Amino acid sequence: MKVTFPHMGYMYISLKGMLEYLGIEVVPPPPCSKRTLNLGVKHCPEFACLPLKLNVGNFIEAREIGADTIMMAGGCGPCRFGYYAYVENEILKDLQVHFNLVVLEPPEKHIGELLGRIKKITGNQPWVKVIKALRFGYLKARAVDQVEKSSFQKRPRELIRGATDRALKQAIHEIDSAQTPQELTTAEEKSREIMESISIDINRPVLKVALIGEIYTLLEPFANGNIERHLGNLGVEVDRSMMLSEWINDHLFMGLIRNAPSSKRFIKVASPYLNHFVGGHGQETIGAAVWYGQQGFDGALQILPFTCMPEIVAQSILPSVSGDTGLPVMTLIMDEHSGEAGMVTRLEAFVDLLQRRNEQKEALTS
Amino acid sequence: MPVRVGIPRALFYYYYFPLWKEFLEQLGAEVVVSDRTTKEILTRGLEHCVDEACLPIKLAFGHVQNLADKGVDIIFLPRIVSVAKQEYICPKFLGFPDMVRQNIKNLPMIMDTNINLRKRKSDAGIFAREVGTAIGKGSVKSRLAFWQGQYKHKGYLRLLEQGLLPDEAISVLDGKERKDKVSDTDLTVAVIGHPYNIYDPFISMNIINRLKNLGVQVLTADNLTEQMINQGVKQLPKKLFWTLSRRVTGGALYYHEKGMVDGIIHVAAFACGPDSMTGELIERFIRREGKMPFMNINLDEHTGEAGIVTRVEAFLDMMRWRRAIV
Ligand code: SF4
Ligand code: SF4
Repeated sequence: MKVTFPHMGYMYISLKGMLEYLGIEVVPPPPCSKRTLNLGVKHCPEFACLPLKLNVGNFIEAREIGADTIMMAGGCGPCRFGYYAYVENEILKDLQVHFNLVVLEPPEKHIGELLGRIKKITGNQPWVKVIKALRFGYLKARAVDQVEKSSFQKRPRELIRGATDRALKQAIHEIDSAQTPQELTTAEEKSREIMESISIDINRPVLKVALIGEIYTLLEPFANGNIERHLGNLGVEVDRSMMLSEWINDHLFMGLIRNAPSSKRFIKVASPYLNHFVGGHGQETIGAAVWYGQQGFDGALQILPFTCMPEIVAQSILPSVSGDTGLPVMTLIMDEHSGEAGMVTRLEAFVDLLQRRNEQKEALTS
Repeated sequence: MPVRVGIPRALFYYYYFPLWKEFLEQLGAEVVVSDRTTKEILTRGLEHCVDEACLPIKLAFGHVQNLADKGVDIIFLPRIVSVAKQEYICPKFLGFPDMVRQNIKNLPMIMDTNINLRKRKSDAGIFAREVGTAIGKGSVKSRLAFWQGQYKHKGYLRLLEQGLLPDEAISVLDGKERKDKVSDTDLTVAVIGHPYNIYDPFISMNIINRLKNLGVQVLTADNLTEQMINQGVKQLPKKLFWTLSRRVTGGALYYHEKGMVDGIIHVAAFACGPDSMTGELIERFIRREGKMPFMNINLDEHTGEAGIVTRVEAFLDMMRWRRAIV
């Protein structure tokens, strides 16, 4: 059995760590590329959301390098994600790309169903080991998040252009290579050193912009046109409303790990703008805009895939939030046609606006 | 003076109008419905709704404004979260009252009480009481009114199952005479799509009447019983969790499986989330077997009538031609 799964940013490190800990052979798809996207676009319904198209591309490419089993999460609505795996599977079937499909989702009848599905992947390994593996995967996610957060701060302040990107790559590699929790501790230490070795100008003034919106486009750099890097290079420190480890803790561990930041902080402040969940993270997106406004951020960018339902609800409400809180918000809709160049132009215009607002504010207060 | 409650002729109108009307009237309210869709209603919807929303949502924005023009006291926009156990409505329904409130200024009061029967059917009682209280009625009266509404609703469903379309059924419930069916049809076609798309003559470019005028008997998923629908969806690898899409998909697959129709026309709204998934499944299941003609129509505010007419005519020709050779 050679297990694969769709890409979503650095999630593969966590999943790979977890499965390999159990001695399962893993074949992650090649990183998302133009080719991945083209394959997906060619075979998927036009109005499917972007993640579905990239997933299908991932699977076709993973099959080419030998994967034979797909492991994927599911759900019970109301967002499309809950039906992704099945539609993807029908598409692959018609393409004669054969896989075993294992969907891990909340069971319809009893918990035994879910455990049964997990066993399909883990075989007869004791549950204790499975739980240890899960924990290992989570620790990897947290380590990656630390490195990423540090890159958000360093990039706009770096003295040598590109130094952060290079360090990030190295640091991530350290974490990815760790095979055991012990090794991971050492790797974390090393990755911290690597990130700290980036020379920066601490006093350089930077803008602070929050990235909010749909989880896939937030986490997958190919889907968001490398937005974090572009913003960093424009002198912007970003903060992403969703980090992988937080998401794992909120959604898979049901908040088991205390003291970790949780998206609940957003939901709390989403009303009166949006008084009900709308699937996906639509309510969190609204709440995040309010929250970052309160934290004194200079602006926020909402990122979503074209046709994303929860985010369209959020998008149509964000102008109200922006109007009331004074936090400038721009929406970026990603699909197969959104080129990186066009996006950079829009980012430049937005950053320019934020800068001017800042100068005005300073002129008024000094 | 009775309180005037406005119901938009959009979204859930085609599912629940008789229920809402009876319920609200029993509570002593006067029910006002927005006008039939016109170019102007749609245009006003487009002005106030984000571009990325689907056509039905944009249109519903227009209907809400039309009601405001009529000077109603309350706009009835219950937040329909779920109408069946373990199922949901599309995310946009869940956010609709908030979208409206944040984008249209100076509206009358919006009644956005939740309807959430995801866990228990009996939770409908909570909804009935909340609406009743808002209109100033006690909980016994509200429950009774809702119960009468549900009774009307059952009658409505029965008429649909007998082959009537929503507009016909609504007028029969109003005591109008039932028109006899024209019988000189040679083809039967299933028109599959969300009720707020296919039954709104303006939005669907009158597709149902057009087909009828071309000598076609039209069936929709609403003419099937819940049992048949569920038999249809059994073919899917996993039960659909969207009630509306489950109905549509189950209908298509049932008509296909039983060979009850000569062809299937699937009508989807441009950029509709659930349709992008279910439309894909329906199409793949039907095309794999290759025994029934299938056509997909996408609707948006720019869809040209001429193009659709030509395509529908070609589709009918193809079916008649197929029939001639087999
Ligand atoms: S959240 Fe948006 S992009 Fe993700 S599956 Fe749902 S509709 Fe698609
Ligand atoms: S089901 Fe489709 S058409 Fe209906 S509101 Fe949702 S996205 Fe729009």
